Amino acid sequence: MKYWILIAANLRRNKRRTFLTVASVSLALFLFGALRSVITTLDDASKVGSEARVVVRNAISIVFPVPLGHLARLESMPGVASVSWQNWFGGVYVDERNFFPQFAISAERYLAQYPELVIPAEQRTAFLAERTACLIGPKLASKFGWQVGQQITLQGTIYPGDWTFTIRGIYSVADPSFGEDILYFHYDYLDEGSGRNAQPGTYILALEDPNEAAAICKAVDDAFRNSSDATKTETERAFQAGFVSMWGNIGLLLAVIGTAVFFAILLVAANTMMMAARERTRELAVLKAVGFRDGTIFGLVLAEAGLLSVVGGAIGIFGAKLLFDLSRFDANGLLPGFELEWVTVLVGILISLGLGFLSGIVPARQAARLSVIDGLRKLV
Amino acid sequence: MAAIPLSYNLRSLRVRPVATAATAIGLGLVVAVFIAMMALADGFQQVLVATGSPENALVLRKGAGGELSSAITRETAQAIAASPYVARDAEGRPLVSPEVYVVLGLPRLGTGMANVVARGVSPLAFEVRKGITITEGRMLQSGASEILVGRSIANRFANCQVGEKLAFANREWTVVGHFSADGSSFESEIWGENEQFFPAFRGEAFQSVTFRMQNPESFPAIQKALQDDPRLQVDVVSEVEFYAKQSEGLATVLRFVAVFITAVMAVGAVFGAVNTMYAAVANRAPEIGVLLTLGFKPGSVLLSFLFESLLIALAGGILGGLLALPLNGVVTSTTNWTSFSEVAFQFRVTPALLGTGMLFALLMGLCGGYFPARRAARQNVIESLRQG
Repeated sequence: MKYWILIAANLRRNKRRTFLTVASVSLALFLFGALRSVITTLDDASKVGSEARVVVRNAISIVFPVPLGHLARLESMPGVASVSWQNWFGGVYVDERNFFPQFAISAERYLAQYPELVIPAEQRTAFLAERTACLIGPKLASKFGWQVGQQITLQGTIYPGDWTFTIRGIYSVADPSFGEDILYFHYDYLDEGSGRNAQPGTYILALEDPNEAAAICKAVDDAFRNSSDATKTETERAFQAGFVSMWGNIGLLLAVIGTAVFFAILLVAANTMMMAARERTRELAVLKAVGFRDGTIFGLVLAEAGLLSVVGGAIGIFGAKLLFDLSRFDANGLLPGFELEWVTVLVGILISLGLGFLSGIVPARQAARLSVIDGLRKLV
Repeated sequence: MAAIPLSYNLRSLRVRPVATAATAIGLGLVVAVFIAMMALADGFQQVLVATGSPENALVLRKGAGGELSSAITRETAQAIAASPYVARDAEGRPLVSPEVYVVLGLPRLGTGMANVVARGVSPLAFEVRKGITITEGRMLQSGASEILVGRSIANRFANCQVGEKLAFANREWTVVGHFSADGSSFESEIWGENEQFFPAFRGEAFQSVTFRMQNPESFPAIQKALQDDPRLQVDVVSEVEFYAKQSEGLATVLRFVAVFITAVMAVGAVFGAVNTMYAAVANRAPEIGVLLTLGFKPGSVLLSFLFESLLIALAGGILGGLLALPLNGVVTSTTNWTSFSEVAFQFRVTPALLGTGMLFALLMGLCGGYFPARRAARQNVIESLRQG
């Protein structure tokens, strides 16, 4: 398009201003990218669970166990393909700040239910064969420098005492939103080490048909309603979503901040565009005098604003994408699977387009309506 | 060095109202976000810092770290009650509360579930812990299936009004009252009698023992004596420190996020201020020339323009404070990950925080105004006059 030269020349006339405007727009979009990714990551985290598995926990609350006596009944329920169980261990490795999740699992049953956990065959066999063995995630291996064969000791909080495990395998995950910093060990070891006093924390049921999930959840809860330990059963996805919702209304908070950022930068950009247009009143009048139409002038000013904003926005959002991808940022394990999605990039570009339009519309209209006589008068 | 009258700056700002307002509002939004996020972190921390009394000690099983994973047998609780470190009331009863501490999943009003702490306390707990006041209804009656609901959560969960019945642990519990606790996290809990909760949750032990110390100054000695007693196997912590520590992690994260977001926003807004001030300087080149010709020193011009920038920032700071102020007292909630349960808290917009926001605004004004002001001061008189 022949007008690009004109627009480019205009952007070059005050390089400092162009730079500052582009920079402030890109900072805004960088923030937008970061904030939205927190929301999408949390959203994904609440979808990480499968719809084909359901979780049975004690109806009082998650901190109460479900008796091992429930097992036979659960296994015999129609539509249930297999049953496994797990316990939150809550151990401390050297210092409380080294927090990572640990679960005692009914190993053979559990691994069969979770194809998300990929373990080399010989490591899997070695883990299953040894009562005090544990499996660790790749992030734990890199964070603490742990290797297969090494012994580690955790201090129990819920289950008192020192617990020593031998690392027999390092899993990888088939699904990136699955935690990569988990330690799994044998429920039998937990039971033995706590004086045969353990009870499963939650049961996990694999279903024959995921479409039956709602009916099976209800059937399980009905079966135990009048027992001494009533249950609460929901799909693994709903169970995970419950944990994510415990953070409170983070989505709203981030959306409000995002809006404030957007308006603050909109003001900056609009202000700049108005200043730029005001300075050029005479030039615009000259353009009109030599025959440029009002519509063309309108388009020129608007295109300039749009270009500034989109370039700034693209730098910000792609910069954020690049930075987060390269640094593999996950807020110290707080947000596993943190990723700036391409959808976010797209939304960011659309927002910067909108920003450019909004900041350019007023000066563009003023420029289009400028009377040639008034504009030229300022020449003298 | 003669100063340029301040009225000059005020008039200049009025000449370009749109640019001035846009810059001030931009700075104001940054300040508002800063204040709001800090108020969130402060509010959360305040609730947990306010929880507990410096005269009280909390006893947990050795290595438990929190009440949820702790267990104290009846024998241990009795041994502690009989120890000489415990204060006694007028009738000579030890001021001790062995407590059952559990987490309940309760339906929120509206949708969803959330975890709430249910604490079974001894009848003396209301003397051990100061500042507990019944705000509605009456006190618990010993031996009955009755509960008190903290006022922070009374309106957030179903069946928590006085006279209603709440079902948990295979029993129905009558809500006989609501209580306040000086804004502490106890206000987010449900309290019942420990001897009622004990069988209802089929516990084998209490979770913690809280007692009033006979002599709070000698806490280190008390702590050592109880922790070294081989019969007890307990950790003893000051109640105040125990709760304050729970807030550290999340409050630190919130503050870090607040600083990160506002720092990035601030840089963007400062760029805007720089643009505005440069444009102001460029438009007023002839005026500056006149000022310099009249004998004002370049230093005075620099100060004058810096002052103008600070004026814009001041307006932004005031605006930001006003925008954030309505948040004060707004109740929200999050999870205390140590107790695994919901804590309701209020945004706290304190005068100190408003002051910090104002300083922050002025700092942005200073950064945004310095270079343009220097440019103004260094102008060549002849050149700038020629432009007029």
